[in-house]
Amino acid sequence: MRDSLHRILILCRKELLAILKDPRSRIVLFVPAILQSLIFGYAATYDLNMVPYAVLDQDHSAASRDLIAQIEGSGIFRRVAQLQAPPQIAPTINRKQALLVLHIGQGFERALAAGDSAPVQLVLDGRNSNTAATASGYISTIVESFNARWQREHGGSAAPLHLEMRAWYNPNLETRWNMIPSLIAALSMLQTLMLTALSVAREREQGTFDQLLVTPLRPREIMVGKAVPSICIGLVQSSAILLVSLLWFRIPFAGSFLTLYASLLMFTTASVGIGLAISAFSATMQQAMLYTFVLLMPMMLLSGLTSPIGNMPEVMQYLTLVNPLRYAIEMVQRIYLEGVGFAWIVNDLWPLGLIAAVTLPTAAWLFRHRLA
Amino acid sequence: MSTGPDVVVSGSTATRQRLRALIRKEARQLLRDQSNVLVGIALPVILILIFGYGLSFDVKNMPVAVVMEDASPTAQDVVSGFYLSPYFTPIPLASLHDAEQLMLARKVDGILYLRSDFSRRLAGGNATIQLLVNGVDANRGRIMQGYARGAIAQWAAKHASTGTANPAGAVTIEQRLWFNEANNSTHFLVPGLIVLIMTLIGALLTALVMAREWERGTLEALFVTPVRATEILIGKIVPYFGLGLIGLMLCLLAAKLLFAVPVRGSLLLILLASMMYLLVSLAIGLLISAAVKNQFLASQIALITGFLPALMLSGFIFDLRSLPLAVRTISHVMPATYYVELLQTLFLAGNVWPLIVRDCAVLAFFAVVLLALARINTRKELD
Repeated sequence: MRDSLHRILILCRKELLAILKDPRSRIVLFVPAILQSLIFGYAATYDLNMVPYAVLDQDHSAASRDLIAQIEGSGIFRRVAQLQAPPQIAPTINRKQALLVLHIGQGFERALAAGDSAPVQLVLDGRNSNTAATASGYISTIVESFNARWQREHGGSAAPLHLEMRAWYNPNLETRWNMIPSLIAALSMLQTLMLTALSVAREREQGTFDQLLVTPLRPREIMVGKAVPSICIGLVQSSAILLVSLLWFRIPFAGSFLTLYASLLMFTTASVGIGLAISAFSATMQQAMLYTFVLLMPMMLLSGLTSPIGNMPEVMQYLTLVNPLRYAIEMVQRIYLEGVGFAWIVNDLWPLGLIAAVTLPTAAWLFRHRLA
Repeated sequence: MSTGPDVVVSGSTATRQRLRALIRKEARQLLRDQSNVLVGIALPVILILIFGYGLSFDVKNMPVAVVMEDASPTAQDVVSGFYLSPYFTPIPLASLHDAEQLMLARKVDGILYLRSDFSRRLAGGNATIQLLVNGVDANRGRIMQGYARGAIAQWAAKHASTGTANPAGAVTIEQRLWFNEANNSTHFLVPGLIVLIMTLIGALLTALVMAREWERGTLEALFVTPVRATEILIGKIVPYFGLGLIGLMLCLLAAKLLFAVPVRGSLLLILLASMMYLLVSLAIGLLISAAVKNQFLASQIALITGFLPALMLSGFIFDLRSLPLAVRTISHVMPATYYVELLQTLFLAGNVWPLIVRDCAVLAFFAVVLLALARINTRKELD
């Protein structure tokens, strides 16, 4: 037992040395994770601000100016053009000068004053329909508050019913708050998986794996010795992104670090298991890397990182059940934002354990049974 | 061969012969390893299926807990809007406590809560409905708020038209969503997918293959032959360019036949722009591999500079106009950004010439500069 531990430790040390001896590898393992979490923290957001818009006001009335002033005052929209005639709308949208054009027709104020409904036309650039829908939502909110004020000031009864909205765990509904915690899992998986996938394949390609197999190390020990360094590197990467989230973006951490790290450990072990199995299966580094990539892409896309799992058709939702990243993102978000304890993440932990329990022994078995 | 029997082989003929031999060698090498074919053909197919059927921003049937402490007909009437809406799947519950438990267990995305004095206060003209949403998915939460607001507004409008008319008017919005009338997110995801696949085949695959040759010294073996560095590069580019075109064709066919994404601009321009972008990403791949000459580093750098920005920074999913200046600047030096804009415009909007000319010029510029850089970095020398 102690001999075995000793051998594993030596192998771990050798693996860490092999990974970290090249200064360029050291840089590529840590700097991009931090830089990307910074950049994506700003870029990966569905929240809009400074939305360029144009106005076509054919009413030229106090009411229309008032409505425009409210939009202007919201701080979300930035007026880029004042149009004079309807034919100008198409080029403004087509050339992407404005995301939306607000068209206030003649008789707007008259209709309002007469107590009728006063339509304004909202033309949106639907090339990205998601962005368009968000912008349209902002405009409806502004129009709603305009209506409320107008009715109050012009003798109407206030709306009898209003909706009071609150959001749990993320009071301002900022995308960044759920994006960065997801990145803690996603970015580190990207690199650890590749790193692990190469570990055995590299030795296979260079012929040193055969040497490793004739040493006293048993396949299971080789497996542990290869897995542990990758797991450590993965956890260090996750910690770096966690620090960016806490110190730079200052997203409040609601949970316990113990729960977070325990679940990250489970997740990293599962993804390292997948990486090792791929690595043991591949004959060359190139194959290992390409197989990894073919797996990584669907994993990233079907993890809930960019589009919610709940929106997917049922068949795809079943597919996400074998995706470790899906569980990790859910766990990290819940621990980070909701502050839940182990009781609530058990359902995410055991599938990860299962993935690790299948992939790691498979890798160890493949070491001996797939000699290139 | 019919190149004249005993004429001295001229320079250009020799080049042509060497090129043909090189391209044949590279194509065979490419096809021999099944993992290349996997990335070139199978991965595009997988991605097409995921993007077409899996990813969607069109939220429907959001489970929402409905807690009504007031079960009067009026209250039922207000809430009925949620039952009729395709966006919600209401789950009636007896108490707020139960609802909160369901929310914690992630069985519902939100809670609609009507207090016991709801109808009394509604008669008094001052009633409140509470909507709690789970903010962990901020985007979904916001969409839910929007639809809930819509459902309530609809009720208010119906109420106003049947009962007490409102003496003061109200602004109503007539919305026109241009280019994507059906509000179907597949229409912008599929053009974005083409960008991802072109990036993948171009940058990642070439970076890997070339880095492998540098690492194993097989390029050095080529250096001792009469082939020139330019010829080596062209020999590499041509087969991968072909593979990229196959991926492109698969995407275009899927866009047309499976997902019925409209092609409102010129198909020829789409092809032309894609070829330019393919050259750009091939050049990036060659450049990376020539610079680092190591498979692990090459794959990481290709991933970090190619694939991730194409997904996150290109305006494909996230809108670029709302980014801070520094990040926006980074996104504007990424070739993928221009390609995304071109494709979304050509597919959905049509031939908007000022935009097309500008973006094509930028892509052509990137292609020329990057190919030149790749050529400079691939010298026949040993290190």
